[in-house]
Amino acid sequence: MPIEVIMPQMGESIFEGTITKWLKKPGDRVERDEPLFEISTDKVDAEIPAPSSGVLKEIKIGEGQTVPIQTVVAVIDADGAVTTAPPAPAKPAAPAAPAPAAAPPKTAAPVIPAPTAVPPAPVRPTGEKIRSSPLVRRMAREHNVDLATVPGTGAGGRISKKDIQVVIERGGARPAMAPAPSVPGAPGTQAHVVLENAVPREKIYFGRYEVQPMTTMRQRIAEHMVISKRVSPHVYSIEEVDMTNIVAVREKLRGEFERKHETKLTFMPFFVRACVEGLRAFPTVNASVDGNNVVLHRDINMGFAVALEWGLIVPVIKGAEEKNFLGIQRAINDLAERARTKKLKPEEVQESTFAITNPGVFGGLMGLPVINQPNVAILGLGAIQKRPVVINDAIAIRSMVYLTLSYDHRVVDGAVSHQFLGRVKHILENWDENIL
Amino acid sequence: MAQVTFLEAIRQALFEEMERDPTVICLGEDIGVYGGAFKVTQGLLERFGWERVIETPIAETAIIGAACGMSYLGLRPVAEMQFIDFIGCCFNQITNFVAKSNYRWGAPVPMVVRGPSGGGVHGGPFHSANPEAYFVHTPGLKVVYPSTPYDAKGLLKSAIRDNNPVLFFEHKFLYRRIKEEIPDGDYTVPLGKAIVRREGRDLTIVTYAAMMHTSLEAAELLSKEGVEAEVIDLRTLLPLDRETIVQSVRKTNKLMVVHEDTKTGGMAGEIAAVVCEDAFEDLDGPILRVTSLDTPVPYAPSLEERFLPSVNDVVRTARELAKY
Repeated sequence: MPIEVIMPQMGESIFEGTITKWLKKPGDRVERDEPLFEISTDKVDAEIPAPSSGVLKEIKIGEGQTVPIQTVVAVIDADGAVTTAPPAPAKPAAPAAPAPAAAPPKTAAPVIPAPTAVPPAPVRPTGEKIRSSPLVRRMAREHNVDLATVPGTGAGGRISKKDIQVVIERGGARPAMAPAPSVPGAPGTQAHVVLENAVPREKIYFGRYEVQPMTTMRQRIAEHMVISKRVSPHVYSIEEVDMTNIVAVREKLRGEFERKHETKLTFMPFFVRACVEGLRAFPTVNASVDGNNVVLHRDINMGFAVALEWGLIVPVIKGAEEKNFLGIQRAINDLAERARTKKLKPEEVQESTFAITNPGVFGGLMGLPVINQPNVAILGLGAIQKRPVVINDAIAIRSMVYLTLSYDHRVVDGAVSHQFLGRVKHILENWDENIL
Repeated sequence: MAQVTFLEAIRQALFEEMERDPTVICLGEDIGVYGGAFKVTQGLLERFGWERVIETPIAETAIIGAACGMSYLGLRPVAEMQFIDFIGCCFNQITNFVAKSNYRWGAPVPMVVRGPSGGGVHGGPFHSANPEAYFVHTPGLKVVYPSTPYDAKGLLKSAIRDNNPVLFFEHKFLYRRIKEEIPDGDYTVPLGKAIVRREGRDLTIVTYAAMMHTSLEAAELLSKEGVEAEVIDLRTLLPLDRETIVQSVRKTNKLMVVHEDTKTGGMAGEIAAVVCEDAFEDLDGPILRVTSLDTPVPYAPSLEERFLPSVNDVVRTARELAKY
């Protein structure tokens, strides 16, 4: 007889646990109450005893994965059963325990947010029990909402009144919630995050209009932006940089560079190199926030926004501080090209520690970007334009650019922000052409 | 309007009812010359004399038996238990006789049994009882347990004028701690009607007596965390105001019950059952109980403090429920 081993509730307010170690392998014999696996929760680390004697048949949740309490993590073939017997046919549709947080969605075209900033969209395999409440079930019935499409944010992933209210206010689970199958790279089974409306629904529809369902990527961007603005108090610093020298260097060396290295020479690697120097000097800008801790990243992984016809994506140059100018330029060109052709791998849009975005390519004088979580700052590049500038009491025509830094004031203060920008400015204005 | 204590409000009710209706009689231990153990009946003897303010022997069964007999003879006796714990002596008389009399013989017993109840004053296991659950289970009785001076006065008047036997519990922790302005002169508060003490949208706390104040305090703390608790003061436990409870649950969709009586077999279980019967499909979470521990009331102050539900206990449970 198969006995399901569940993630226990280790304390009243604990709703999930992480399996840190399996003490038995599938096929091993276990005795009742013998330690079977180790878990780590918000409050305790503990050894969990086997609920029954028998043979460990299957481990459903691997080490390092975090699952809600009551999730089936393993199956023991209890004594008295034929060990080779197939699992009880009564439960054919329990193929996988939900591991919402563990695996990032494997989409063909990975989308913008670093996954840690986003509450995991619950993926419920068919047949898995949906946790709700009598009220939620009644509301679902009355509004014709399929609970399988509603993400739960209550304790242990339960669908609460608020969760279903959001769906109902959006007009139920029908058109707005339906995944858009025509979206490139959007797997139809992807659970959707429900975006909040700023005003009641009836105030949105008036006059003549057309409703377009958001693509998966659009939804992810929207959600990521909302969370970022909500969690991080954004403050903005602006610096003006004289790019005349760099414009000249680039013009002068461009032909040779592109012939020799067979790759384009853009302005981007200049900014990336300058930011790397700035981040080295001011490590709090190259950080993340976890509760009361500031996580200072030792690596500098430089995200840069790539505008696509169908959205926006932020590929990441991993270990940017270990690359020379050419390496950075190659990485930028390679990642940007693959972003446009949907050939990025999921890990190439994750683990950024800082990001640069370039509204200037579209002619923007400057932009005030939203922080790409879990970073604490993002640099916006304005358009490089010739402007009259006062130098030594004379008016000169110089190629100027506005740099804007949006930073998370929880950890970065104005002083540091301006010092960082000052450092970036200094590097850019004093560029040595031999660096190329 | 004058500021009066919970105790003074009760004394006023007795005084005014005795003025108003000559059939109202008080009887109990030390209620005359001494004015009662807590001085609730002070001044009654001087005003109404020995015939209407009767000092009894230390024999609770005699008090209840006499009060029942007076009721049959057309009087409206108000019997005092010096501490409500001693009502246990009269359990048989009250549940088997007083409660059933009108049903069996058509002989109403319009008496009131009142007395100081509850803990928090280091009274120990024999002077801190919350006996409501025993009697809420008994058809034929009414059980009242107020939390404010205004209600204490208005409900005691209603109890005295009611033709059924009414048990009126006075939480002694409130006697001199709770003060409020109440109207001068006659007014009543209807039996069987709860009141919403604080409006909220996130969860409902049903409570009564001293725990009403604990719950209100907790609700204020919760409000700072963004959890708006609705606090309902039952005031009368039997008959229970199901409507007010259910109405609130339909709004907040979450319920917890806070009482000072111990948990097992207490009011909270009954209220939970009522809500499951009448509003199951309005529940968005489990019904939780915050009560005293299932032990006799301890004597040691430190133990009693642990035994009684605290503001913290209420806040913690409410947080959990809000999060659910």
